[in-house]
Amino acid sequence: MSDTAAKAPRWAIWLPLALFAGFFVLVMFGLLRPASHDVQSAMIGKPLPPFNLAPASADRPGLARTDFAGKPRLMNVFASWCVPCAAETPVLAELAKRGVEIDGIAIRDRPQDLALFLARNGNPYARIGADNVREVQLAIGSSGVPESFVIDGKGTIRYQHIGEIRPDQIDMILGKLAEAAK
Amino acid sequence: MIAELGLAALWLAAALAVLQLVAGALALTPRGAGMAGVVRPVAMVQGVLALIAFAALILLFCQTDLSVKLVAMNSHSAKPFIYKLAGTWGNHEGSMLLWVTVMGLAGGFVALVERRLPEPTMLATLAGQAFVSIGFYVFLLFASNPFERLPQPVVEGQGLNPLLQDIGLAFHPPTLYLGYVGLSIAFSFAIGALVTREVGPAFARAMRPWVMGAWIFLTVGITAGSYWAYYELGWGGWWFWDPVENASLMPWLAATALLHSASVLAARNALRAWTVMLGVVAFSMSMVGTFLVRSGILTSVHAFAVDPKRGSFILALLAINIGGALILFALRAATVTEGERFTVTSRESALVFNNVMLSGALGIVLMGTLYPLLAEAFGAKVSVGPPYFNPMTALFALPMLVVMAIGPLLNWRRDRFARVRARLIVPALLAGAVLLWLGLSSGIGLLPLLGLGLAAGLVPASLMPLRGRNLRRTPLPVWGMVVAHLGVAVALFGMACDSAYTVERLVAVRIGDKTEVGPLTVTLKSIEPVAGPNWTALEGEMLAAYLGGEPVALRPQARSFWAPPQQTSESALLTRWNGQLYAVLGEQAQDGRWQLRLWWKPFVTMIWLGGLMIALGGVIALIGRVVSDLRRLIARDKIAYRRERQGR
Repeated sequence: MSDTAAKAPRWAIWLPLALFAGFFVLVMFGLLRPASHDVQSAMIGKPLPPFNLAPASADRPGLARTDFAGKPRLMNVFASWCVPCAAETPVLAELAKRGVEIDGIAIRDRPQDLALFLARNGNPYARIGADNVREVQLAIGSSGVPESFVIDGKGTIRYQHIGEIRPDQIDMILGKLAEAAK
Repeated sequence: MIAELGLAALWLAAALAVLQLVAGALALTPRGAGMAGVVRPVAMVQGVLALIAFAALILLFCQTDLSVKLVAMNSHSAKPFIYKLAGTWGNHEGSMLLWVTVMGLAGGFVALVERRLPEPTMLATLAGQAFVSIGFYVFLLFASNPFERLPQPVVEGQGLNPLLQDIGLAFHPPTLYLGYVGLSIAFSFAIGALVTREVGPAFARAMRPWVMGAWIFLTVGITAGSYWAYYELGWGGWWFWDPVENASLMPWLAATALLHSASVLAARNALRAWTVMLGVVAFSMSMVGTFLVRSGILTSVHAFAVDPKRGSFILALLAINIGGALILFALRAATVTEGERFTVTSRESALVFNNVMLSGALGIVLMGTLYPLLAEAFGAKVSVGPPYFNPMTALFALPMLVVMAIGPLLNWRRDRFARVRARLIVPALLAGAVLLWLGLSSGIGLLPLLGLGLAAGLVPASLMPLRGRNLRRTPLPVWGMVVAHLGVAVALFGMACDSAYTVERLVAVRIGDKTEVGPLTVTLKSIEPVAGPNWTALEGEMLAAYLGGEPVALRPQARSFWAPPQQTSESALLTRWNGQLYAVLGEQAQDGRWQLRLWWKPFVTMIWLGGLMIALGGVIALIGRVVSDLRRLIARDKIAYRRERQGR
């Protein structure tokens, strides 16, 4: 008495294709939309916690909370064992050339590895603190490497950048630093 | 050297896939019939080459060859061996290579053993399989080459996401992939049958074991994934309606519908166009799921590898494969002749109802998964969660489960409800009694209440098809169906119990404090630091006593991994026959007290036991089908042999 599929009206046969076309349009829109993947850090606007890290490298001093006074600085959380960190070094060098003062926090690193990393990729850092137990990293709300923080002259976190800074983001970082100087 | 070898094998496999497509397509034309003999061997060699490429990548990961970019990005020399191995597929490139490997192997295996289909349909099927494979080969070779070398080797690798460093998860992706990609065979069969217009019982019988095999892996993969999320994420839930989970559920729903409609087509030559469409839809859902996970278009708790460029590439593949298949379907389905007829009260009708409900549930899940994207198109950010999914899927699942109790008892083609009424009395009474008793006595929610009542009725109802049968002579597929349906009842019971009777306690305690959670008394004995191969952790030792009985020790951990740095909480479980205690160690408060999160979950393990039973039912049915196919083949050979001897 009832037979299903074959009795369906002719247009029903095109229905799956129409639904798929709708899906395609929706997803295309989703892919093309400008990415708003910026993670709003909970630490922005908060002062750095007190810390005092021993030097990680023989030729640079360590890093302490009290070093952040005067001009805004870029604080880069990195490690010699991290590939994106190595990829980021030319960008950091470019920033340093443009007068940005960069401090580093080396996460769980060994002195010999770090020395090799700096020798190979250049050393844009004014100071490098050794964070061997990730105490500072966790305290400033950083969960991975590399991450960079714009710290203003009062020691307040003004911007958190997750992942490596890409060449096309140099101007954005300079803008954040200029903003922090106001 | 190994990396270059793997890359070479991959290129060769891709080239053979092109040959397989061209030869298969040419062989369907009158002038190219000579090409027909090439297609099957090419399909087999292509599968083997893809396997060689995958084996090369496994070897690179096992040796931690840090000159290979993928290894440097995803592995670490200090990682335990088993996770180095699992690192092979714990990343985008490796998992895509696994994808084409499974596609190639599945195609090769079909070419090797499948003899039931008419040869033209077989050639079209293998050409279709090659067509889909080519897209993924191109994607691998041009947009995500797993064998790319670094300009200079790095000193140390970056490590694998710590959440993924778990023995259960190490083998979860390959299992799911065997299921996902195994469905490509159903897709290609559907394409082949549409091209040659050979949609009939032979097509359904040939396709069924392949769908069944993929469906078993999918079922096991989803069950294992659910258990992993349950104990590893530390949230105490077993299903989160996360896009990644939905991505695996949608192909499963489609494949389940396909299995049932294929059995109608195989037995009764009805539901032709519908079965073919489900064949297309099932693998399309696999591809859509992969796309949603890989493109990062939806925010998910476990989006591990996201890159919008890759997203565009996979989307293009989707458009070509799914769009093409659906156009072919629309053009050809009208010419697929009408199948056999049947009355409303018949097994066919019950299975049609099952199909409609499963498809409805599939639509609900797909809509809920995509809705955030749709809302974003109109400028709103929303997330769709359990308040939508639970009642909406229940709307389809509950009526379907009622019919699941009745359908297997009905005859094909025409039946009377009065005939099976006697067999349904016991289940109906049991369900009614449980509903009445729980509904009046305790204040549990509507859905858990309906779930418990239905589960109570389903257990006897799913055993009913065995009543009056000689159990030794009952065919294996019937046993498989009974076990799988019983598994559904068991899983439903676990789900309903978990949501109705779970007790949760969030407490801050000092060492030595006692906490009551459900029937258990938990005492925190100590907190000690411990170290693992690539992590350090704080480990709490607690003693849990069930109703004042002998205490058992539990050791939940808060772990810190250092490559890459990340913290995870390792929950501790105490499993009893009637439930599980689930303990998570939280942070230490200012005053020195420790946060503990404790759950008592009655019968929660039934969820995964039920899932495994469903898969086991599939295995039993598959063995039954393969054995009877082999018997038929042997009998046919014997007859042919006799005829030959008589002919002499």
